[in-house]
Amino acid sequence: MAHHDTHAHHDDHAHGEHHDHGHGPEKGIMRWIKTTNHKDLGTLYLFLSFTMFMIGGLMSLVIRAELWMPGLQFVDPEFFNQMTTLHALVMIFGGLMPAFVGLANWMIPMMVGCSDLALPRVNNWGFWILPFAFTLLLGTLFMPGGGPAGGWTMYPPLVLQTGNAFPFLIFAVHLMGISSITGAINVAVTILNMRAPGMSLLKMPLFAWTWLITAYLLIATMPVLAGAVTMLLTDKYFGTAFFTAAGGGDPVMFQHIFWFFGHPEVYILILPAFGVVSTIIPTFARKSLFGYDSMVYATASIAFLSFIVWAHHMFTVGMPLAGELFFMFATMLIAVPTGVKVFNWVATMWKGSMTFETPMLFALAFVFLFTIGGFSGLMLAIAPVDFQYHDTYFVVAHFHYVIVPGAVFAVIAGVYYWLPKWTGVMYNETLGRIHFWLSAIFINLTFFPQHFAGLAGMQRRVPDYAVQFTDFNVQSSIGAFGFFVSQFVMIYNFARCIWFREGMEKAPARVWEGAHGLEWTVPSPAPYHTFEEPPRLLPEGEITAAHDAYDALDRHKINP
Amino acid sequence: MAKMGWMARAALVSVLLAASGAASAYTTTGNGWNTPQGVTEISAKVYDLHLLIFWVCVAIGVLVFGAMTYSIVMHRRSVHPKPADFHESTTVEIVWTVIPFLILIGMAIPAAGTLIKMEDTRGAELSVKVTGYQWKWQYEYLDQGVGFFSTLHPDSNKARQVGSGIDPTTVPNYLVEVDEPLVLPVGKKVRFLITANDVIHAWWVPDLAVKKDAIPGYVNEVWTKIDKPGTYRGVCAELCGRDHGFMPIVVVALPEEEFGKWLEARKAGQPYRLAAAAPTQAADVPPAAAAQPAPAGEQVAAAPATAASAGELSKAELMAKGEQVYKANCAACHQANGAGMAPTFPPLAGSKMANGPAEAHIAQMFTGKMMPSFRHLSDADLAAVATYERNSWGNTGSIVQPAQVAALRK
Ligand code: HEC
Ligand SMILES: [Cu+2]
Ligand SMILES: [Cu+2]
Repeated sequence: MAHHDTHAHHDDHAHGEHHDHGHGPEKGIMRWIKTTNHKDLGTLYLFLSFTMFMIGGLMSLVIRAELWMPGLQFVDPEFFNQMTTLHALVMIFGGLMPAFVGLANWMIPMMVGCSDLALPRVNNWGFWILPFAFTLLLGTLFMPGGGPAGGWTMYPPLVLQTGNAFPFLIFAVHLMGISSITGAINVAVTILNMRAPGMSLLKMPLFAWTWLITAYLLIATMPVLAGAVTMLLTDKYFGTAFFTAAGGGDPVMFQHIFWFFGHPEVYILILPAFGVVSTIIPTFARKSLFGYDSMVYATASIAFLSFIVWAHHMFTVGMPLAGELFFMFATMLIAVPTGVKVFNWVATMWKGSMTFETPMLFALAFVFLFTIGGFSGLMLAIAPVDFQYHDTYFVVAHFHYVIVPGAVFAVIAGVYYWLPKWTGVMYNETLGRIHFWLSAIFINLTFFPQHFAGLAGMQRRVPDYAVQFTDFNVQSSIGAFGFFVSQFVMIYNFARCIWFREGMEKAPARVWEGAHGLEWTVPSPAPYHTFEEPPRLLPEGEITAAHDAYDALDRHKINP
Repeated sequence: MAKMGWMARAALVSVLLAASGAASAYTTTGNGWNTPQGVTEISAKVYDLHLLIFWVCVAIGVLVFGAMTYSIVMHRRSVHPKPADFHESTTVEIVWTVIPFLILIGMAIPAAGTLIKMEDTRGAELSVKVTGYQWKWQYEYLDQGVGFFSTLHPDSNKARQVGSGIDPTTVPNYLVEVDEPLVLPVGKKVRFLITANDVIHAWWVPDLAVKKDAIPGYVNEVWTKIDKPGTYRGVCAELCGRDHGFMPIVVVALPEEEFGKWLEARKAGQPYRLAAAAPTQAADVPPAAAAQPAPAGEQVAAAPATAASAGELSKAELMAKGEQVYKANCAACHQANGAGMAPTFPPLAGSKMANGPAEAHIAQMFTGKMMPSFRHLSDADLAAVATYERNSWGNTGSIVQPAQVAALRK
């Protein structure tokens, strides 16, 4: 402990102007509004993300309630379309992306051994843009004519039929894009410039690697999205005809531009998840990550390939044959580096000495269920068969498998994993496991039947369906409500750690016996300022071994 | 530690259950939970590819999940307290990069072959232009001079309204029935020219393995050659606005000779009963509906829209007919009560146009700015619907006679 205190009380000479020499946060609400501290902002991002997950989740319950039975019971089809549109936008831009930015805020500086992100004020702005963005977006629900209903993909000409909500949608997307770009630049600059001396790129924790690559994807694609939606805006209000056939424009061009952003976007959502899982599995298998270098190269290859596969979302638009063949082959190719990742995770577990605490359970479920999403993805890559799958519930099942028990489970795993570091107390393990099993069962009940509904012919984005799809939809709806309710177990568990710590088990510095990495060398809860003076790393050490020098100092606090 | 064992077993059992469930789902076809084998050579090829890639995935899945499950059970701390120390192996990593690559090449070859076949639209014997509208389909037989609209069947349409009180299971082919189906000959290569009038739609019939986007300003080509007479149902697959879920597709495939008879009758504007000729495929419909006779042909009996009668009509006649036409063509946007849907679709109740001079009102139906044109409706239908709009919901406009519409039709 004494060892760490010497760190915490050193003067912050390198990046000191933005906070007053490391004596803890300001008091009251202004702490959160003015903060430039990466830990505070990490917390804010995670709370925003959680709020958005709940709002988006409620929207999905409206959807599932309407689809409970054939016939229209509760909502008008137009409102249903608003729900599907907003559910997607809220979950992607409000739930998942801020969740990973929040994890990056909290963990990247601690993992690479620096005191804060490189651009702390930008960090504050990047966060505080978001509440405005989502107020604009969700506020449309209360306007005459309601929210946007043209799908999160915003295809023209349909999206141009949006009423007053339209400019709000466009500006909200712009704001989210700006926020993401600032977050990405911040992470990239931090990782590239502020690593502790001796931490070469190939010694970084994998989470830092996946985030670095994600940051580049964000910087490359968000401006493209901004361009596309700006063209929509001028098409609607300023007489241009970028996407209007009658004016000489091309509606399909929008889809190309959108998916040039949109496909890398799905990797933006999944690469940091890979990073989290690659951190957790070695910890609980008590064995270092198998094939660290190939994990890095696989991540980079996936990122590169993600730029040349976009049109697999558009196989039915009537591309030339050569285009269809190219995008089919390129898409199939992505299975190779993705396979490498899965094999490496299994090899990491192989001959390990595993225990199954909650973070590990979620990480293992990630590997299983993400892989199922990967399989359906491979099926969708086959263009001639995609003609049958496209725009059906098979696709809905596919991307929910990679996003929910994929990316979202990784976020949950990460929060269970690092929460003791953040709060200084252990969550309740029994409740954690109950939460896991409920989530795992209900999420499969929600999305597995959707594969069948899709194959049997149910198209997506419809409020009503032919009666032969009833059984699948009933199962899905039960699963969705069950999943939503199960999350309250987690809420209770986390709320105790955050607000009601009385009598809870204190967490040691190195919370998990098998955990490696600089974040475990600082006390729990992590002090407001960490690594104001960079830590020493062993020059000859491997990625994991390097940190053992520190770990050795608090061996006595290891969690049995 | 007994708990661990229990969890590992639970995991194992659920993997096995999921795998066997998936496997049984795929080995039985046409049972309402798999892609249909379909009724064309292409659809059968697509189906084979679908099964091939599925089984490849199952095989890889069994290996990967098997290894994982084994490891979870055998390499847990209580059984295997001392972790091994390896963390790389170039050989192994090369092997599991190269093998998947080879498997993918094995998949890519048949897939490319099928794709190339699908894109070959040469040598078609019949061309049908398919146009997507919000929210209906138009079919035009290009060389036969026959064309008509196909919309959701009125029974389904009634039942699908919010709070209709009608149980969908009592409606035959709920949401997958239309007022007039697309009729095609068996054994002939049919080429579809697919486009749209307003927003993007997608024309999809699973049994033909045909799905193509209908895009304004584009004409997409796709073809089929149906092997078996029957009724094949599909839907619009691309989100196209409020009633996207309510613009189904029904294709009735007839033996060539019968198709000829149907075509003659259709040209002459005479009714033609399709019902007997088109046995509904049991696989496509729920058991409840399958028992009932396919009502596809019934509506064909209604006079086609082009058969106009230009005589003077009484207000009552116009109003009665107008209400029908309004419900079928206009209510989707302007709503049955004429209140419209803010902000895109204006109300007609109290509208200037509906209470002002008839000319502007008629012109609106020919060329709306954002509203689709209804030029294809007959003079009588247009006169009736205009009259209906001008005299409902408190409007006090003049009545409109077919002759006035004819005079403005250019
Ligand atoms: C796809 C949706 C849609 C359908 C279906 C539709 N309309 Fe419209 N209608 C509109 C829109 C949008 C406008 C306003 C913009 C414009 O002029 O095109 C409009 C405007 C009108 C107006 C002018 C209202 C005013 O006061 O300005 C009339 C009259 C009208 N429609 C009649 C009809 C009739 C008759 C039908 C059926 C034969 C019909 N509409 C079907 C979308 C629709
Ligand atoms: Cu993609
Ligand atoms: Cu549609």
